[in-house]
Amino acid sequence: MTNEDAQRLVLEIIAEIAPDEDLSDVKPEINLRDQLDLDSMDFLDIVMELRKKYNIEVPEEDYPHLASLDSCSKYLIPKFKSVSA
Amino acid sequence: MLDSRIVITGLGLTAPNGNSLSEFRQNLLAGVAKIEVLDMRYMGPVPAGVCHFEAKKYQKRKEIRNGTRAGSIGIYCSREALQNCGLDWESFDKSRAGIYFGITEHGNVETENEVFNISKYDYDTRFWSHHHNPRTVANNPAGEVSINLGVTGPHYTIGAACAAGNAGIIQGCQMLRLGEVDFAFAGGISESIQTFGIFAGFKSQGALATHEDPNKASRPFDVGRNGIVVSEGGAVYTLERLVDALARNAPILGEIAGYRINSDAGDAVLPDAVRQTECVRAALSKAGLQPGEIDIVNTHATATPQGDIQECRALREVFTDCPNTYFNNTKSYIGHAMGAAGALELAGNIPAFEDLTVHPTINVDELDEECKLPNLVVGDPVKIEKVDYILNNSFGMLGINSCLIIKRFTD
Repeated sequence: MTNEDAQRLVLEIIAEIAPDEDLSDVKPEINLRDQLDLDSMDFLDIVMELRKKYNIEVPEEDYPHLASLDSCSKYLIPKFKSVSA
Repeated sequence: MLDSRIVITGLGLTAPNGNSLSEFRQNLLAGVAKIEVLDMRYMGPVPAGVCHFEAKKYQKRKEIRNGTRAGSIGIYCSREALQNCGLDWESFDKSRAGIYFGITEHGNVETENEVFNISKYDYDTRFWSHHHNPRTVANNPAGEVSINLGVTGPHYTIGAACAAGNAGIIQGCQMLRLGEVDFAFAGGISESIQTFGIFAGFKSQGALATHEDPNKASRPFDVGRNGIVVSEGGAVYTLERLVDALARNAPILGEIAGYRINSDAGDAVLPDAVRQTECVRAALSKAGLQPGEIDIVNTHATATPQGDIQECRALREVFTDCPNTYFNNTKSYIGHAMGAAGALELAGNIPAFEDLTVHPTINVDELDEECKLPNLVVGDPVKIEKVDYILNNSFGMLGINSCLIIKRFTD
């Protein structure tokens, strides 16, 4: 799984939970909350969808890893690999 | 001293047969019912009143997704009421506005949905949504409106079973009289068709309507009535003290003349004609009226065999020798909108102050002898000479009765 693959999966989730947002130009290195209208409940939605769709658990202490698309992919790629292994 | 005269300056609604007062009224005068068949979870097809308002008119898609149906109904109705009351909302001090919504119940929908959701994950509660609590707190529909409109004054709901629509309006009136707020969003809201539990509960009680034609399923007073058609809906009124409404040249749709809420203190589900009689008489007394001064009585009758008889018994007791008092029923068109019923049914009659017309009760093919009322308007609208007072009944489970009287506004 590449960074792009992981980030695409995260963006698919965001498209579902924040359907009003324009996701065509999300900068991977910039915090998601600085460029999208996302609140704490939305991040819990991302955590829930990762659990439902991919059986990935994100413990509360790791939530900061979901701050940007770059940090998401860095954090999630090993998890995607371990659940698909 | 505060002005104790409270007037209605705006009204927003959604009903199965209309998303504005004009559309709703037009259909009530034309005899147009709107009941659909829903494929209810675990139950199969049931008749139900479904609203088709445009939620996205006032909410983002994310807000609709994260909130509740009751919240969306409340926001739509409140925004519509605000628009037609003509208040300059931008410059209004929002800490002086309050939101008071009557509800029959709240939270069943989301809890049922979450249980259904985790059933797909072997009942693993890790999959229970973090949205569940904000969606199910009892103040939810009023709270969603508070957030949407930026109201920083009080917001809460009044749980009053199916008497709740009137109770919301009464609460708003009282808070204005107390000076707690200067502007009230008040009425009733219901998302009940989203929960199978209400349908199943009425079915188990032998009180859920069935009919091959859904538009004929809700038939108060008819010998063939066999129960309730559950509906969703909402009606929100903007209420103000008369002096404030006059100062800003607000449109005035009517004035609150009197009201009463009382309790049967008896059976949990069977209505009590004696207490209903007391409730109506107390409302008349508070308004300083004699029964014969009421022009239109909108009945609560839900089309249950016993409930309709008890209410008619109470009304015959109060309105003896009242040749100019007319009776009608709105549930025959839209079913029973639960917490919204009182507020919505009153709304459908408010235009009578202007058009002097009593909308009919429909679906009465053969009137039950025990439901006979003098001047019960059946089938076709009736034009009358004057409409100065409308009396609106709404009763609910656990023996809660409400009666609200609205007066045509005159200086």
